[in-house]
Amino acid sequence: MGDPQFAIEMHDVGLQLGTQDFHFDCRLPAGAVIAVTGASGAGKSTFLNLLAGFDTAAQGRVLIAGKDVTDEYPARRPVSLIFQDNNLFAHLDIFTNIGLGIEPAMKLSTADRQSITSSLEKVGLAGFEQRMPGTLSGGERQRVAFARALVRNRPVLLLDEPFAALDPGLRIGMAALLLDMHRETGNTVVVVSHDPDEVKRIADFGLFIEDGRIVVAAPIDEFLGREDHAGLTQFLHS
Amino acid sequence: MLLTKAEMRRAMLGGALSLAGIAVFVGLAVFALLLSSGASSILAAVLEPYILRVLRFTLLQALLSTLLSIAFAIPVAQALARQQHVPGRMWIIRLMAVPMGLPVLIGALGLIGIWGRQGLMNALLLKLGMAEPISIYGLSGILLAHIFFNMPLACRLMLAALERVPAEYWLMASGLGMRPGSIFRFIEWPVLRSVIPGIAGLIFMLCATSFTLVLTLGGGPAATTVEVAIYQSLRFDFDPGRAVVLSLLQIVLTSVILGALSFLPAPGDEGTTAGKALRRPDGRLPGARLADGGVLLLAALFLGLPLMSVLLAGLRSDLMKLLREPIFWQSAATSLAISISAAILALLISMTLVSARRAVLLRRSGAMGAGAFFAAMGGASSLVLLVPPIVLATGWFLALRSFDVSAVAPLLIVAINALMSLPFVMRVLEPAFIVHKRRTQKLAASLGVTGWVQLRLIDMPALFKPVLTAFSFAMALSLGDLGAVALFGSDSFVTLPWLVYSRMGSYRTNDADGLALILGIVCLLLTIAGTMGPARREVAVHG
Repeated sequence: MGDPQFAIEMHDVGLQLGTQDFHFDCRLPAGAVIAVTGASGAGKSTFLNLLAGFDTAAQGRVLIAGKDVTDEYPARRPVSLIFQDNNLFAHLDIFTNIGLGIEPAMKLSTADRQSITSSLEKVGLAGFEQRMPGTLSGGERQRVAFARALVRNRPVLLLDEPFAALDPGLRIGMAALLLDMHRETGNTVVVVSHDPDEVKRIADFGLFIEDGRIVVAAPIDEFLGREDHAGLTQFLHS
Repeated sequence: MLLTKAEMRRAMLGGALSLAGIAVFVGLAVFALLLSSGASSILAAVLEPYILRVLRFTLLQALLSTLLSIAFAIPVAQALARQQHVPGRMWIIRLMAVPMGLPVLIGALGLIGIWGRQGLMNALLLKLGMAEPISIYGLSGILLAHIFFNMPLACRLMLAALERVPAEYWLMASGLGMRPGSIFRFIEWPVLRSVIPGIAGLIFMLCATSFTLVLTLGGGPAATTVEVAIYQSLRFDFDPGRAVVLSLLQIVLTSVILGALSFLPAPGDEGTTAGKALRRPDGRLPGARLADGGVLLLAALFLGLPLMSVLLAGLRSDLMKLLREPIFWQSAATSLAISISAAILALLISMTLVSARRAVLLRRSGAMGAGAFFAAMGGASSLVLLVPPIVLATGWFLALRSFDVSAVAPLLIVAINALMSLPFVMRVLEPAFIVHKRRTQKLAASLGVTGWVQLRLIDMPALFKPVLTAFSFAMALSLGDLGAVALFGSDSFVTLPWLVYSRMGSYRTNDADGLALILGIVCLLLTIAGTMGPARREVAVHG
């Protein structure tokens, strides 16, 4: 099917939402950290929704990890998701929140339970199993979301401005944690970001979206060096 | 100093007068009940088998009605929340609002049209070879009617709760591959569990004090609630002693329920997001679509068919003949006069209470008296929940027994209807008034705009909408009310609901159908005018 060197392929994908048209076509390298940038309303979220399966393409094909997922339900795609906020069900404890990532009806084996505990250790929250999300700080809640992504162990991790709600100091620590996880698992990370410094710090590959189209897609050094696109230049120097 | 001395005095005086008026009106009724009961006989009478049976039936039907309404509402609310884009979704939600604005009597007529002996359901079942298995009269009919009126209420409150869930939850659930069972267990049920106690308490209260439905669909000693038993004791058996005992029993019953309710969280419907499109990937699965479609169709039929029956039966009746009858115009005029007076009275009382409550807050005096005055004015507006209309009417009926009741009957009904709508009117007016005042009080005080000018230039334009909402709901409530008029109605004093009810009883059902259609349309129009505002009647009961 797809080419194994690409984690994500979009072949001539098009859809219309309201009055806005979207058209995406790209091949994104496997095992990379890919930053998706662009102005508000340019189509970053739609791009991510197409990968997650919340929006489906009216035309074209979407391949993730070599598998055609164009018409696949969200749960059957090889991806994990982290939003900016509300990643945890506030009325369920941390253990259950992570456990749902392994088995959505919470039928857990002993090994599963063990992996929840060790995932919490890895994100620096050992012993948090019984805590409720409301008693955690914003940064800690995002760490739990990371722990859940760890236990899910999917080849692609999608993040929608995961650190935007955090203090600048925390953001750097969280980005480092993301990179640690990435190196350990070798997954492909697609992260929507508004922050040029963050892009420079973590990404291997950059995408710039404008008016529902990918206008720049390049390895990060080339991406950061591009001077020929006004929108991108403005973003990088904001 | 946001109020001048004169304004402060006027506000306090108005509040005190309203409070005194309510207290005297309700107090005299209760006093009359106590006076005519002869304290010692009460305990003996309560243990009478008949009264025990009535009490048991009241509680039993309220409990069953509550359970069934909620059990039906859960899948409907789930389906509505899950299918954000199903065609006709908005219409189903609007349909849910109709039973709340519809006079109870009209709803009962519609239900009889579908579930009654000559109704659609039994015709259908007969064709299938069953011998009229459904009877609309008795417990099953009462339950059916209570579900008809309360399932939509429960469903709307549950839907609002489900739509308050963060949007990411649903995306995450489908991203994690949670099946409908898991979604129910881990997301929907925890949300519903937090609102169901409040909703159940509210419905239980409404069903325990339901009068008109039980009067039309129940009857007979086997299916009588306390309120209907009061009415029957007074109008048929002429046994005032029993009416008194039952009335006092009803007050005890409502106080117990209200007391229990105060421990439950109030069901709020803030944040009903009609416009916001939620993404529910779990609703896209074909199985979910089919099941939800089925549930919604069933709910739409259950609610829509009786309404359709009212419409069709009404059109089939001889409307022209009805409109030529003087009794129609006479009762319409009576109903109109009573409902407009009741609505104006309710508005006046609540405006004085709201202004006085604000004045107390502005004085910020720590005096004990001020706090008690503030609380008393809030509580007085909900006093009618404790002493239901039928009980009030019974008290006054007994107090005026030796006089000619018919002379003052219209005034009593106006007062009772005004009190009935007061909790609702307060709920609409008070927040609107407080917000408006907070916005304008400093500017108005610094410019010295007071009195009529303030009312005309500043208050009226801003408060017009909530006042209109409150007025139209209060009027619709009074227009459709059969409770208070049931005790005082006579040949010379007839309101529209009373006319419908008596035509139903005298087997001139054709006339009843025509009248019901007219009354139903008027009340629905008033309700529609009212719902353009922010609040709904269901919230009012919770004071």
